[in-house]
Amino acid sequence: MSASAAIMGLYTRRLWINRFNLAVSLLTMLIGLFWLGWILLTLFQAGFKSLGPALFYTMTPPPGSNGGLSNAIAGSLIMATVGTLIGTPIGMMAGIYLAEFGSRGWLAPVTRFINDILLSAPSIVVGLFVYEVYVIHTRHFSAWAGTMALALIVIPVVIRTTENMLRLVPDSLREAAAALGAPQWKVITLVTVRAAKAGIITGILLAVARISGETAPLLFTALNNQFWSLDMNQPMANLPVVIFQFAMSPYENWQHLAWAGALLITMAVLVLNILARVFFRNKSPTY
Amino acid sequence: MNAAVLQPVQETLAQKIQVKNLNFYYGGFHALKDINLEIPERKVTAFIGPSGCGKSTLLRTFNRMYALYPKQEARGEIFIDGEDILSPRQDLNRLRAKVGMVFQKPTPFPMSIHDNIAFGVRLYESLSMREMEERVEWALRKAALWEEVKDKLKQSGTSLSGGQQQRLCIARGIAVKPEVLLLDEPASALDPISTGRIEELMHELKNDYTIVIVTHNMQQAARVSDYTAYMYLGEMVEFGVTDEVFIKPKKKETEDYITGRFG
Repeated sequence: MSASAAIMGLYTRRLWINRFNLAVSLLTMLIGLFWLGWILLTLFQAGFKSLGPALFYTMTPPPGSNGGLSNAIAGSLIMATVGTLIGTPIGMMAGIYLAEFGSRGWLAPVTRFINDILLSAPSIVVGLFVYEVYVIHTRHFSAWAGTMALALIVIPVVIRTTENMLRLVPDSLREAAAALGAPQWKVITLVTVRAAKAGIITGILLAVARISGETAPLLFTALNNQFWSLDMNQPMANLPVVIFQFAMSPYENWQHLAWAGALLITMAVLVLNILARVFFRNKSPTY
Repeated sequence: MNAAVLQPVQETLAQKIQVKNLNFYYGGFHALKDINLEIPERKVTAFIGPSGCGKSTLLRTFNRMYALYPKQEARGEIFIDGEDILSPRQDLNRLRAKVGMVFQKPTPFPMSIHDNIAFGVRLYESLSMREMEERVEWALRKAALWEEVKDKLKQSGTSLSGGQQQRLCIARGIAVKPEVLLLDEPASALDPISTGRIEELMHELKNDYTIVIVTHNMQQAARVSDYTAYMYLGEMVEFGVTDEVFIKPKKKETEDYITGRFG
């Protein structure tokens, strides 16, 4: 009788501890979501009224007149695309090296350590670096410089995700391919990278999301351009720097455009993240 | 009467694999101690023994699987068809094309059922589309999987059940037409029906291949093998014809292990 009462007491206590912990977890989640919701709400309120078709086909205007963001949108797309195209193969190959060949020697641990530093380096440092080694020598800002800075941000992200995703592929799969007489490069390209494909692509998309909002590395490299320019050797307009300049300006039409640009970037990143999740939700390796 | 007819027919067994004074080390750990063994051609040879006795380690020396890992080292000699495969001049990929292996856990590649089989074949042969289709069907039929997958060859190999995946791995192993097939506890993760199928398969495959199987299941060893090796703590305790090892073992340790009075 008393024994079963004690068990009941224990059970009730655990039930309440469980409820308490659940409530605290929910609360912290809500606090996090609250700020995110607020940011999105503000963006929508301020940016939505400036959103319109003209945004996409007219260029950044002088103060006081009407215009859009077409040159900045094009510039951002070009630099983010080229930066990703340059950074991804380098990052993937380095990641493959670390995961598949990094078990012996000193080179891999050193590379991994340096990559971790690069991964957490403030992006403004990357911008200053490209300014110092490229912009100063060419004596002008250019889209190439901006692209380089963005590629330098892509590389460590892709290295890290590629290595991590390849490490999730079990050795038994590598052994199985090697047991058929496959040389190591075929094991890697046809089996392990394929098994980790979903994770690697997700990593690349997250890197794209990250560079599409970076301002600091572009400020010293691509700078900005009030006119339509697709010349990679000239300064190029881009959304983050336009937002930065327009938001700080006293002109109301510029401020509205800055909000619209901020909304555009946020939506693009959101869509990219959702796409990454939807496409690869069921395709991750099941080992 | 002709005297020659009265002579008992002595079956002469060709030796496929000869192991001489083999020692194996995992870093500082001495895992195999002076193994000597001769594995006959076109027979099923089973390695039995408690966990950690070195059965799998020995099996993995026959295709030098251990060479994928630093700090694993084999010393001694292993002859396959008279050629020392431990010699540094041995081409590992050629060796592994000749000595196939199936692992404990099914390891389908992340590609279609058809490509899982074609993967190994493409490495060393260039077949026409039609020849490849025939080869794929041949291998799947051999592995008793054809009827179940013939309508879904384009589906991913990972979509199959565990037992089907393991038969796919066996089909993949025989599709390259190796001479030796190494099976490392191929049925330990499978249900009795799939296990039965794989055992039937071994009976059929030994007409063409030399099969070496590691198993924890004594009944399985007794059912499928012609020869049995009992290993303990990295040493070869007893090796002989399966019926003799199981019915009348020469060594007390073997008898204790087989009858379950071990330890």
